[in-house]
Amino acid sequence: MEQFLSQFVNGVQIGTIYALIALGYTLVYGIIQLINFAHGDLIMLGAYTAFISVTSFGLPFPAAFVLAMVVCGIANVLIERIAYKPLRDRPRLVALITAVGVSLLLENGGRVVPFIGPTYRRFPEAIAARKYYLTSTVFITNIHILNVAAAASLMLILHYVITNTKIGMAMRATALDREAAKSVGIDTDLVISITFAIGGTLAGAAGVLWAVVYPRLNPYMGLIPGLKAFVAAVFGGIGSIPGAVVGGLIMGLVEVFATVAHSQLAEGVFFIILIGILLLRPTGLLGRPFVGRA
Amino acid sequence: MHLLRHKNLLNIVAIVLCYVVLWGLNVHRLLSDYILFVIMCGLINAIMTVSLNLVTGFTGQFSIGHAAFMAVGAYTSAVMTKLVFHIGLSTPSPLREVFFLVSLLVGSLASAVVAYLIGIPTLRLKGDYLCIATLGFNQILVVLLNNLHVLGGPRGFIDIPKLSNLAWIMGFTVVSVAVISNYAHSIFGSQSMAVREDELAAESLGIDSTKYKINAFVLASFFAGAAGGLLAHLLQLAHPTQFTFLKSIEILLMLVVGGMGSVHGSILAALVLTMLPEVLRFSQDLRLVIYPLLLILFAVRNPLPYLRQQVAEVWEVKVKPVIVGHATILKRFFSGMLK
Repeated sequence: MEQFLSQFVNGVQIGTIYALIALGYTLVYGIIQLINFAHGDLIMLGAYTAFISVTSFGLPFPAAFVLAMVVCGIANVLIERIAYKPLRDRPRLVALITAVGVSLLLENGGRVVPFIGPTYRRFPEAIAARKYYLTSTVFITNIHILNVAAAASLMLILHYVITNTKIGMAMRATALDREAAKSVGIDTDLVISITFAIGGTLAGAAGVLWAVVYPRLNPYMGLIPGLKAFVAAVFGGIGSIPGAVVGGLIMGLVEVFATVAHSQLAEGVFFIILIGILLLRPTGLLGRPFVGRA
Repeated sequence: MHLLRHKNLLNIVAIVLCYVVLWGLNVHRLLSDYILFVIMCGLINAIMTVSLNLVTGFTGQFSIGHAAFMAVGAYTSAVMTKLVFHIGLSTPSPLREVFFLVSLLVGSLASAVVAYLIGIPTLRLKGDYLCIATLGFNQILVVLLNNLHVLGGPRGFIDIPKLSNLAWIMGFTVVSVAVISNYAHSIFGSQSMAVREDELAAESLGIDSTKYKINAFVLASFFAGAAGGLLAHLLQLAHPTQFTFLKSIEILLMLVVGGMGSVHGSILAALVLTMLPEVLRFSQDLRLVIYPLLLILFAVRNPLPYLRQQVAEVWEVKVKPVIVGHATILKRFFSGMLK
């Protein structure tokens, strides 16, 4: 029971980070139906931005956190403008391949650039870990609390933006029908850019949180969490925002418990659950059913 | 189903000619082993791309799990040849070559069977969900291979006899190109394309879309299995990391660059994209950046149709009249002689 509780805490921590990344996938997919393979690499970008600003420029951790979010948001908008925008009317597979190209470019670009480089770097311990014991063996650290609090507040802000603001309404309209949204005077290009900016910002935050939990940085670090978060987004129903959060949390818990059960096969369990869910509910846990043509 | 349409015949003749040229160069030691190796890898990728073309290009189903079927073929055939090598047959003999063919076919069949079993449930999924399910299957298989210690686990399956050579690889390329372009240009192919264009409309015309999806999937996996077997016996190694979803994406990339639904394009793109990293090797680490940049450039501004048009124009305006002219002169000359 005690082990269960402490693993549960870890699972929630990882799950919230996955959820943050998954939100980026889901927002972008919901609006332009693109599986943005390069999204995972924004985690790397965020982590390195924070790393450089803390170690080289001596910024305090909260400032580095915000800077990473801003850098990733801008980077994501630039990626969309340069690589994805010219492909709006082309087959979706072409856009998918471009996303793969962008992903390779970010990873390998990071490898080539001297201040990132191919070697592993260690993320500095930004906050001294402090343990709060719940029972005699189960504890929560302040890093756990920071992670979950940061992720949860970002999600709440996102929820507010989407449901209560004008731009949120424009985003929902664009996701529903881009042509119709354009015809009622919504600047859909701007909406798409804003969506990418939000997704990038969340990924940047997730990158810093990830680096705090797993402090080893390398240019390819975004690949696996990106893939897992993508699976989480699909699991919850890609395009659905609550789905991304639920999917992220479930996947975080599954990962932690599967690793306890069998450390080698854990990666496979992830995908077995995914395929199972897809077969039972072809559009994910909270996804909308297909309407008309897929 | 016409076995050999004249267009296919041209394809095959072209490939055989290439083979003769390569073989000649090889016999006279004009190609280094390295260049030959890269060409063989390119041809194996060509088999993969052409077969994926059947699923994605002609039938319109996104699959990011093609490398998984390659893995099934690679491991199955490697296990077979290695077992036989234990009981003899380690010296070159015709029997050994025959057995190699048998093991490749068994590997391909195993891959086709797996594809059938995977395809029945997953091909009901639509669009991106199929792509995700196949990606998941690919990762599950890699995890399994990493944990099956009988098959070498994370060390990989080693000491596979070196049986692949240019002739085998060329042969399989010819067969897969012939079969797949025949399939694609037959009635099966047109029904597959109907499914690609509009599944609902195709079904309302009485086309059993699931059947065509599964047919294409199984046939493509058959050739992917053969490609896997050839690769394993070329590298003398089958390793789980060779068959991750990154490999599947690489194949998808070749498909998109070559143009979906174009068999020529697939072959060309597979060869070029396999050689490109090697050509860029002079730039050391920078090649890692140049390669994706070229890819994005190709995707955003695909120059291939333009180039094709240019080549066609040059052919029509400059080359063809000359050839036709010479041919008529020759014809007149010979007919004059016969008179």
